[in-house]
Formats: sequence, structure tokens, C-alpha cells
Amino acid sequence: MHTRRKFIKISSLGLGATALAGGMTKWVIGASAPKSLSSGSKMGTAFRMVPTYCEVCFWKCAGWSYVSEEGQIQKITGNADDPQCNGRLCPRGTGGVGMFTDPDRLKTPLMRVTENGEQTYREASWDEALDFIAKKMKEIAEKNGPESMALFNHGSSGKYFTQLLNAYGSSNVTAPSFAQCRGPRDTGFELTFGESVSSPEVTDIRDTRCLVLIGSHIGENMHNGQVQEMSEAIDNGATIITVDPRLSTAASKSKYWLPIKPSTDLALLLSWIHVLIYDDLYNKEYVAKYAEGFNELKEHVRNFTPEWAYGITTIKPELIRNTAREMANASPATLIHPGRHTSWYGDDVQRSRAIAILNALLGSWGNRGGIFLKEGIKVPDFPHPEYPKPKWSWQDTLNGRYPLAKESITNTIIEASIPAEGNTHQIKGWIVSGTNLVVAIPLKEQLMKAMQSLDLLVVVDTMPMEITGFADVVLPECTYLERYDDLRATAHREPTLALRMPAVEPMYETKPAWWIAKQIGERLGLGTYFNYTDLKEVLDWQLKQLGLSLEEMERIGVKKYARKTPAYILPDSDHKFKTASGKIQLFSKELEENGFDPMPKYTAHAQPDDGFYRLIYGRAPMHTFSRTANNRNLVALMPENAVWVNPQVAELWGLKKDQYVWLKNQDGVVSNFPVKVRVTERIRWDSVYIVHGFGHHHKPLTYAFGRGVNDTELITNVMTDPIMGGTGMRGNFVTFLKDEPKKEAKL
Amino acid sequence: MRYAMAIDTRKCVGCSDCVVACQTENNVPVGFCRDWVVEVVDGTYPNVSIELRTERCNHCDNSPCVRCCPTGASHIEDGGIVLVEHNKCIGCGACIQACPYDARYSHPDGYVDKCTFCIHRVREGKNPACVSVCPTSCMSFGDLDDPNSKIVNVLKNRKFKSLAPEAGTKPQIFYLI
Repeated sequence: MHTRRKFIKISSLGLGATALAGGMTKWVIGASAPKSLSSGSKMGTAFRMVPTYCEVCFWKCAGWSYVSEEGQIQKITGNADDPQCNGRLCPRGTGGVGMFTDPDRLKTPLMRVTENGEQTYREASWDEALDFIAKKMKEIAEKNGPESMALFNHGSSGKYFTQLLNAYGSSNVTAPSFAQCRGPRDTGFELTFGESVSSPEVTDIRDTRCLVLIGSHIGENMHNGQVQEMSEAIDNGATIITVDPRLSTAASKSKYWLPIKPSTDLALLLSWIHVLIYDDLYNKEYVAKYAEGFNELKEHVRNFTPEWAYGITTIKPELIRNTAREMANASPATLIHPGRHTSWYGDDVQRSRAIAILNALLGSWGNRGGIFLKEGIKVPDFPHPEYPKPKWSWQDTLNGRYPLAKESITNTIIEASIPAEGNTHQIKGWIVSGTNLVVAIPLKEQLMKAMQSLDLLVVVDTMPMEITGFADVVLPECTYLERYDDLRATAHREPTLALRMPAVEPMYETKPAWWIAKQIGERLGLGTYFNYTDLKEVLDWQLKQLGLSLEEMERIGVKKYARKTPAYILPDSDHKFKTASGKIQLFSKELEENGFDPMPKYTAHAQPDDGFYRLIYGRAPMHTFSRTANNRNLVALMPENAVWVNPQVAELWGLKKDQYVWLKNQDGVVSNFPVKVRVTERIRWDSVYIVHGFGHHHKPLTYAFGRGVNDTELITNVMTDPIMGGTGMRGNFVTFLKDEPKKEAKL
Repeated sequence: MRYAMAIDTRKCVGCSDCVVACQTENNVPVGFCRDWVVEVVDGTYPNVSIELRTERCNHCDNSPCVRCCPTGASHIEDGGIVLVEHNKCIGCGACIQACPYDARYSHPDGYVDKCTFCIHRVREGKNPACVSVCPTSCMSFGDLDDPNSKIVNVLKNRKFKSLAPEAGTKPQIFYLI
């Protein structure tokens, strides 16, 4: 294989980088740190409380960093005024300081060089690294046009590089959070209600009387506000119904657990719709007033009886009827949770549509205990010249596919980066900010091919994630605890603003992303788009437009506003949904016009062969994807993942608790590392379960390296949703290898 | 005054935030903990149930750790909080053996360490760190002698159990079931 871009391990540079940091360390790294403070010596110590919002996951809870007189971050707690966390962070937020103290952090800019015929990284100054990037970007703009630069991003930093790319002349900005995650859900809800459920979701779990979770494992995904509200719902005696092939934490707290056969969710949803309509249980007044296409829907689901669904889902008909009745009894305070990671089987928009239709039949949208109407605060844009209009954009990489994709699809941008005949929209350069594509994205061969074909690959991160090994330039970003960032403006039950400001100065040679983007912009002659010397000026200007000031926000951290509009549809109002007709689309003309089923249908998906088990993956409450696997404050809670195996299956294979096995998938791909067996009654016999985010294979992640197994390396069968390009990842089957597989020599 | 804690197992999701918060609040060295989470699975698929609960020192009324301590380092403070005075502790570990809840550990600095109910916070009128961060609010902390306290109210209205009652230690952590 052509290896213009050979994978480089950053570890060899550790010593030099540490030396560079000498003299500016703000925190004693490593095991010696806590000892000096132990014996309860800090009791009574005065702390400075510095506002922040968390960056360990996308929920972005506002909190306080407690900084000691010596300038150490002692702890982080939630901001009691923030409705997203109510003063209570989750374990990852509480342990967020581990991102800052991580000894493996990127410390200085690195540039790829060839020494004695070997590719390696050498430390570089910021000027050198930024000059190089600007030079390359200029070349790309001249040779291929600025549209040939793309950005892959996740988290707060993406905003500044988006600004950079827009000023440069490209709108090829993409994130795995769409096609690999919430895209199908958002598309399904937009097609039905005219808008998505946003993030944080506008789900009224707090006041619900009946909460239905289908593949959503609240409590294991620590979407903080939702976890807190589910707890309130339990206190309030709400009925919880959980559909999951695994006894999830949420399932264990539910009145009804429906241990469904994986991949058959749509059949269950259709039979619930059938029962609601044919047993006359749906919310007639609401449907008559706000929805259209009911008669078509009624005809469509005529034969989808619980008896029909039983044969597919293994859920007993009476259980399907009883749960449908529970939902109807609580209507409209019933919430069929839309979920978040919904790219499962390639027909995911349709499944999300079925969930949306169920919510519509129960009158959930716009009613207390269902889905509330959000309200937010619009933060004005800091003035900048108008962005140039790109000649083409990510839509042109679709070539007629995925007609209803409202956001860019990572995989088509990756595909467009591979030179091929007929590829008229060639991408030549990437900036990757805050997303470890190598672990996040399925279809690794395509990804590797694309990365080998690029003229420029810049990676901006705080940690030496796998993706950094493929970069031409690696830029070390400071952590969220060391920087200002854009205001967090949340549209939810109540509009809120939150501020993030540095608790301490950036360690090592690290810099905030806004600074990095501005520096590259200036070198490209785009300085007018970054017309400020410090992000503080932008924040202060924006806050002043809103009648606040940076000074005040630095004191309060969170500003809550009273709502101006009702949170629920008023009984006598003439509420218009954001669809073309203003009505909820039970029958979707838009889908029909684009050649898709206007109403969801059940399609049977492939089942595992003998000796294979469906690979189901999910979250653990103390980890965020692969980004916390090296966080020393969290790893002791869960150092590695385990493969959950039903005791019957374990007996069949002679697997013992805590034994290590390798997993091999249906395409013969064997996991890089072995994984511990967890024998448990909590999982079906036709499936295995692992927590996503482990099995790092990059040695510079000195703790995370080699711990557990990475699910995405075993996801080689991707079922793409034709409607919006979501990459369905639940159609992979694995078997166990008890002995270390021999590495096959490549001839 | 009698401090106690009630933990609602119906609400706990086992996220371990209590563990992390305790570690950062009390400078517990990485790799050690004063509180932890237990998951008990019962039944066979699909008739399975789980109990999740956070555990720590039970601050027992009849505390074997205090009785066996040769130096008096382990002692009972006002409000029934069981503490270890680090300067008096010789690290012999007798209390670790005596505790039926495995709530104590040897600190690398040579003494035995355990949950203090965050006495430094409680004296300031705050909840222990674990209680204050819990996303599910499944923990209540308070004074059993105060009839108006939340904990008394909770224990009046809910079924509860304590751990290893057969040990006769009279634990002061109650699990709502």
C-alpha cells in the first residue's frame, strides 16, 4: 500500500515535550499530586470559583472550577442555576479535571518529517506549524479551489474552524454526530413534526406520566438532565416502559421491560400504532386538530396486529396491548423517547418516523409530560465581512443519494477525498478538531485510503488520539478548563446562557482553538474575519448586546431568562407545526415524492449465523466515547470494557467469568485486543454487548492502550440509510476466539 | 444528634458520580475509594432484576472498628460519625479486618482511611460531597433526631433495609427498596 502518510506514534517525543513545559507547570502531574494535599489539609482552604461549562460530553453542563490559592484545580461542581444540571454534574464532569491533568496530553505542535527515510514527528514552534498550514491551504485554494478543504469536528472548538473555512471559501463542514448518531432521528422528526427534538432534547421527562424508551439507555448514557428527570419521574410514579434486548439500568427501573429480539423494533412500533388506532385509544381530538394522513395510516397498519408482531419481536401480544394501553391512559403526558444514537439498521429514519407517529397519536408534542416547545436566546454574531460563496458544497458529493440529508455526511466527504474517475468534487485537505475519526467512523478502509490521498491533514486535539498519528501537523489544544469559549446558548424549557472561562493558564505550549483558527486566518489574509485580539472582546460585545457584560457573567456563570412564549400548546390556540402545511405528517408526502415509503414498513434484517451473536454496543455512565478512556479520574471506575454474554452461551462455549477472548466478526475481522467476558443474565442469548470507546491502539495513550475492545473495528457491515445517509452499525455478528489468533503474514 | 444516610435503590443508576466526587473532595489517591457502587443481579433472563446501590462506611452505632483500634485513632465524633485520626493511626489494619463492610483501606501515606460523611462540609451545613452531586438525587443525609429532617420523613414513608444486619453493628446507612 502506498504509505505517503505513514502512521506515526507520538510517544517517542514525550521527553522533549515535557522539557519544553518546564517552568510553566501549574499542576503536579501523576501519583504524587494528591498526596501532598491529603490528610484533609484543604479543609478550610479558600477557593476561587471560576465558571465553566463542561466539555467531557455534548450536554455542556455549567459548573464551577474550584481553584486553590496555589493555582490548582481542586474540583469541579455543577452550577445550581443551570437547568441543564441543577448543580449536579455527572461522574465525567466531576472527573473532568482528569482531562487537564492527563500526563499524556499533546504538549507542543508537531510536524511530520522524514529523517533517514523514516517518517516521524518533530516538535515545531507555533509559527512554523501555522505558516506551514497556511502555505498548504493557499496551494490547495489555488490548485483545487478553497472548496477542497473540509472540516471534521465535534464539540465547542469546531465553531472557530467553521468560521475559518467559511472565510476561506468552503462550507464542507461535517461531524460524526449526524450520520453516525442522531441524524436518522432528527430527519424522522423533521419529516413528521417539521422540527427535530434538538440537543439537549426537548423531552418533558420530568412531568411525564408514561416514559417509553426504545433502545435508549438513560442512566448508562449520562445525558445529565434526562437522568435527573427520569429520577423525578420515578419519584412521581410515572410508568416506565423499556424496550431493549438487554436489561439496561433503565429497564431495571421500569414497570415493563420488553426484551425484544434485536433489529425488530419497527414491528413493535407498528403494532403499537395498530393497537392505538384499532382499539380506539389514540388522542382523537389532537389528531383531528393537528395531524393529516390519519386515514392512510389507519389503512397502512391494518394488519400489523400484536399477533403479527409477536412472531417477529418475541414480545407477547398481551404485553404489546397492555403497554399500548398504559401509553394511552397517560396521554398526552406520554413520551416515546426519540433516542439519540439511532443509526442502527439502515431503515432508521423510518423507525424514527414510527416513534414520531406514536408520539403524534398520543398528543405528546406540545403537551406537558410529552415534548415541550423550546425557547432560547439568540446571541448576535460578532460583526464580520460576508463569507464568500463556495462554488460547490457537501451536497454535491452526494451524487443524487440521500436526498433528505439536512446536514453533511462524514462518509461522503471521506469518499470525496479519494481520487476516482468521475469525482469532480475532490477534497484535498482536512482539519480534524475534537473527533477521533479512526475510532468513531465505520468503514476504516475507505477512511485510510482517503487520509493517504490528502495534501494536508491537520489534527487539533488535547490528546494523542489515534487520528493524530495520520496528521501532517498536530496542534495541541488546551482543555476546556484553560480557555474562554463561545457562549453556550441553550434553547430548552427556559432560555439560558452559560460562560466558560479559564480556571488556569494553558499548560505546556497548548492554545485555545479560537486562537489557532484566527492565527491561520490571518496568515491566509483573512484577518478581517477575526477582527479581535482576544475572544473576550467577542464575548463582551455579544453580552453587551444582550444587556449583560462579561464581568457579570464571570461572576454568575449562568444567566436564566424568563420565557416569553408558552412551553405547551394552549388549548384554544391555533398551533402551527413547522411542516409545509402546518400539520403533523402521519403520511409523508415528502418521502413519497423522493421515492421512499411515505409510512414506515417493517423490513426483516439479517440474523446471526450459528455460533455468531449480534454485536450490540452502548455507553457507560463514567465514559464519553473514546475520549475518557485515558482520564485517570475515571478509569478506575471502568478501566476496560467487557463483553456481556448470556450464561447459556457461556456454557456452550465454556467461557468463564473474567476470561479474555478475542472477537471475530462475520467478515473475519478479529479484534486488536482481547476482551474480558462478563457472564450475565442481563443479555439475550442471541446477542453480546460491549461498551463503546475502548480498545485504543495508540501507545501514547499510556493508560488506555490495549484495554478492552473497540466495537467500531468489528463494524465492517454498514447499512446506509438511503434517506439521509446514516450509517447503520447494528448488523454485525461476532464469535469468540479463546486463543490468541495467529497474525497472518501478508505475502 | 445522629447523622445517617438513606439511599434510594429505585433511583440509583450506578453512575459512580459519588465515587468521583468523594475522590476530588477528599483527595483520595487515584486507585482508592471511600465509596463504591454495587450491582446485584437476580433471576434468569428475561425474569431478571438489578439492585444498584452506592456503599460506604455505615458509621455504625456499635462499631467493631472503634472497639478494636489499639491507639484510639478510630473514634466516634459528635453525631455518631466514625472517624480515623490520621496522626494517631499506626496503620495496623485491625479495623480493616473488623469491618464487615470492607469500608476501610490503607492509605499510601501509612494510615487507614475511610468515609467521614464529609464532616468538614457537614459542619458548614452542607451535604456530603456524594449526596450533593448525585444526578438522581437518590441520597438523603441528615439528623435522625430531627423529626423535620428529610431523612426521617423518607424513612417513615418507605421500606428500607440495612446491610449485614446480622453483624449486629447497627449501621446508619439505610437502603430504600
